[in-house]
Amino acid sequence: MFKRDSVTYSIDWLVLLLYFTLVIMGWFNIYGASYDLDHEGSMFNFDFRAGKQFIWIITAFVIGGVILLLDYRFFNYFAYYIYALTILLLIITIFIAPEIKGSRSWLVMGPISIQPAELAKVSTALVLAKWMSRYNFKMKSPRDFIPLIFFILLPFGLIVLQREIGSALVFSTFLLVLYREGMRGEILLMLSLFIVLFILVLKYSASPIANAEGTWGMVLAMGIVLISQFVYTYFFTRHKKEAWILAGSVTALSLIFIVLNKWFFTVNFDYVAIAITAATTPYWLVVELIKRYKKYLFPAFMTLVAIGFCFTSDQIFNRVLEPHQQIRIKILLNMEEDLMGAGYNVNQSKIAIGSGGFWGKGFLNGTQTKLKYVPEQDTDFIFCTIGEEHGFVGSVFVLILYWLLLMRILAIAERQKEAFHRIYAYGVASLLFFHVMINVGMVLGVMPVIGIPLPFLSYGGSSLWSFTILLFILLRLDASRLERR
Amino acid sequence: MRNNTFQDRRWVIAGIFSVVILIYIIRLFSLQIVETKYKIGAESNALLRKTIYPPRGLIYDRNNTLLVYNRPAYDIAMILREITDLDTLEFCNTLNITKDYFCERMKDIKDRKKNPGFSVYTPQIFMTQLYGDEIANMQQNIYRYPGFYIQNRTLREYTFPYAAHVFGSIGEVSKSDIERDPYYRQGDYSGRDGVEFTYEKHLRGEKGVEILLRDSKGRIRGKYRDGDADEEPVAGKNLTLTIDIQLQKIGEELLNGKIGSIVAIEPQTGEILSMVTNPGYDPSILVGRSRSKNYNELVNDPTKPLLNRATLAQYSPGSTFKPIQALICLQLGGINEHTRFPCNGESSVPIRCSHYHGSPVSLLNAIEQSCNPYFWQAFRATLEKDGYGEKNSSFKENYQAWMDALYSFGFGHKFEDSDLFEHVKGNIPTQNYFNRYFGETGWRALTIRSLSIGQGEVLATPLQLANVMAIIANQGYYITPHLNKNDTMLLKKHVTAVDSSHFPIVTEGMWRVFEYGTGRYYKIPGLDMCGKTGTVQNNFGKDHSLFVGFAPRENPVIAIAVVVENAGFGATWAAPIASLMMEQYILGKIDRHYLFDRISTSILNPDVQKR
Repeated sequence: MFKRDSVTYSIDWLVLLLYFTLVIMGWFNIYGASYDLDHEGSMFNFDFRAGKQFIWIITAFVIGGVILLLDYRFFNYFAYYIYALTILLLIITIFIAPEIKGSRSWLVMGPISIQPAELAKVSTALVLAKWMSRYNFKMKSPRDFIPLIFFILLPFGLIVLQREIGSALVFSTFLLVLYREGMRGEILLMLSLFIVLFILVLKYSASPIANAEGTWGMVLAMGIVLISQFVYTYFFTRHKKEAWILAGSVTALSLIFIVLNKWFFTVNFDYVAIAITAATTPYWLVVELIKRYKKYLFPAFMTLVAIGFCFTSDQIFNRVLEPHQQIRIKILLNMEEDLMGAGYNVNQSKIAIGSGGFWGKGFLNGTQTKLKYVPEQDTDFIFCTIGEEHGFVGSVFVLILYWLLLMRILAIAERQKEAFHRIYAYGVASLLFFHVMINVGMVLGVMPVIGIPLPFLSYGGSSLWSFTILLFILLRLDASRLERR
Repeated sequence: MRNNTFQDRRWVIAGIFSVVILIYIIRLFSLQIVETKYKIGAESNALLRKTIYPPRGLIYDRNNTLLVYNRPAYDIAMILREITDLDTLEFCNTLNITKDYFCERMKDIKDRKKNPGFSVYTPQIFMTQLYGDEIANMQQNIYRYPGFYIQNRTLREYTFPYAAHVFGSIGEVSKSDIERDPYYRQGDYSGRDGVEFTYEKHLRGEKGVEILLRDSKGRIRGKYRDGDADEEPVAGKNLTLTIDIQLQKIGEELLNGKIGSIVAIEPQTGEILSMVTNPGYDPSILVGRSRSKNYNELVNDPTKPLLNRATLAQYSPGSTFKPIQALICLQLGGINEHTRFPCNGESSVPIRCSHYHGSPVSLLNAIEQSCNPYFWQAFRATLEKDGYGEKNSSFKENYQAWMDALYSFGFGHKFEDSDLFEHVKGNIPTQNYFNRYFGETGWRALTIRSLSIGQGEVLATPLQLANVMAIIANQGYYITPHLNKNDTMLLKKHVTAVDSSHFPIVTEGMWRVFEYGTGRYYKIPGLDMCGKTGTVQNNFGKDHSLFVGFAPRENPVIAIAVVVENAGFGATWAAPIASLMMEQYILGKIDRHYLFDRISTSILNPDVQKR
């Protein structure tokens, strides 16, 4: 019989089972993806990817075991130190890492190379949990909130400096953790809205409006902003009349300008849209004063920010993003097609997945992956191999495994007594979710190509180790819930 | 539990997670199950379907002598993208080509106007149809030229330089061939004429396919499903011809230096024993790389060596028509076996007689001596036997009967069920033709008198003339002349309109031609032969020399027609050629060497070249 407080008794066996399933599936599919028709190496041949992955898996199990043997308080006590250590590592990496594929993110130590950015994800999850679980932590208090943002932005910035923008973007997922712990939901909504605006302006800024000046990009973006205002007012305040006044005047103004354009003079609708939208700001301020209702300052302010953002998003796109990133986004938005160049990966990956059909072609029978049509197929594009060889059934099975894992982690989070444990669990879930969303989305051609691994499945020691550490710390923390204290 | 006031937000987060996963499952569903373009994309990506060409069927003669077979040949293909560090000079030396040729060829391949299918990724044919000895050096050194590949194919090879028109040739399929028959792909070869064309499906077999895996760099990485999906090619079936190649050879030698043709048929079976046309050519010159050059030369030759005169040239039969005329007049009742007509020799009207014989002349003598007045009077008697009637209706009725009888002899129409590549129908003038020409009542027996002696509008091919001889040999029927020995056609007897009882006397007359008449110098001792000479006036110079006949008289084994254009009397050239052909076929060898040598070395038309 297990002792009641032993790890083996209280560990969450479902998460462990899901973890093992995913890791073993990854190992088989790495064998499948790197399987070479000329060299049919065994899965244990260390000259090949599958053999190497086997070593990573075994070592990952050892690391996981060691974590389970540690005292659960270790992570709480040492969270800041662990964070400081990884930040130090990130800084060192910028200076000493050799350039590999355009980035300086790998620390090479003899035969082993590790990516400190992977570890930074774990330590940031820990430090956030630590900071937010402090006694009397208030999300609304700037003294609490500003360091929190700093904890996220510091590794983000350092990783950007390593030119690993993909890994850096991962840190945005911690906003979900912040949301769970009380950050205003509007921030998430605003971010989503800004992404939509960015896409609209980018995609349609090259589509001029017929018989007039201006482009559809700005008009559509401003339309979205106005509709958001209407929805906000109509559904989240009691001022339905004011919402209708807004809708009516906007429609009337638009019609007037359409008529003017048709019979009198050519109108630049970019400026019309911006002017109308900007005019809503004083409108809301007046409404706020009359109604003595304090909820309009924020939307009015965000409207101005949105106009500025839309006005400059072309510049942001062209100045901030590098050419290869620009083209990836343009391809995703169907603005450009370059099947032999930048669009090659995604097109080949769609072909590989699409050719899998319902049941797939069978293990080791995939032609697209075997014949190396899909680049990076054992690391970032591992999902292709699954899609091609195991078909719809296999792909959905893997997605459901991830879904189960995520749901289970959320359940674990909510059963914790300690805030540190709960917040850390949310960090784990958010990180896993972000990786799955971006990686699978990119392979399916619905997300831009951002080179981040698929948790537990992709080939590579750094990623497998750091995801293992991430998950096993959670398992260790969770196992402590039954311990007498 | 502190700071857990936002507990409900876990549902929002769980919702976000679930929605994204659900969207991805829907996306997977559309990619993997709804869309088909990705499956096709994958196939064209990774599977290289390599056609394996089956060996084409061999062709044998009636005595199972191999006539046409296959010889391995090779194409040199290249994938431009894979070519690295090519030492052009060394490469040219290995292939024994000049550097200029190499540059020229490369330029042509890259020129999309000349080569619309050009791509640096796919195999392009650099040189084609090379023989083993030409490529031996290359085969040993191919590893030194990455990007170059050797592909196998086969070329036709001929045992004898004869019978080119019987075989026909093989050439690249045209666009319309591909549209007509989906079996063919661009670059395939098929029979263009001769039996290679008519028996294309029999000879070609079934192409096989080898499905290979091609990686992203275009390299071949083995077989798809270890070859389970491959299809083995099915070899083409062999073809045995009715041709006797020795007889064909003698025929071609006899026509040396002359323009003309010979058709020999086995009467009982309709099998074509030989089909000679001259000028001809050696079939092997239309094979391989020299095909287009030689073909152009043949096309531009004024003596038209590509024309198969045996089936495509139409001649007035002249006196060779008389036995048929006799048969039809007997059948229609214009004459009987004892009918005699007067002949005034040179002074006969309306048609002169150039021979010297007694008068009144009998049918037998008329055939033997080729008496023109006899056949004119017999023809008139046949057409006028019921008078002219109302608006010449009785006359026309008899003309129609005469014409129908000729049709039944194979004149004036094509052999519908024949396997001959191309043949024409000749001509028998219809009532309509004369009505148009002379008016409804403007023509009488006298108007069309030249028909009585096979001149004028009557036209026949040597094949039709030989077939008529087969009819007389068979006493009244023929089997469609054909070239495939295994297609007997025996069940389809085409019976003529003439009763078999009328044939013996005509046969007797034709026998007399060899015994006493125009053919007597060419009788093979000890053999009863039947025949008829013809000397046909034409608009292009000297008379055509014609001969038709069959032998032996009892149980004939060969029926023959010979035409030598612009050579003079039928008795001078066509008759000895026919006689020698019969000798070769019946006796298996030629003993009259002096005759053979005289004929085969006589150059009547210096323009005729042996190719």
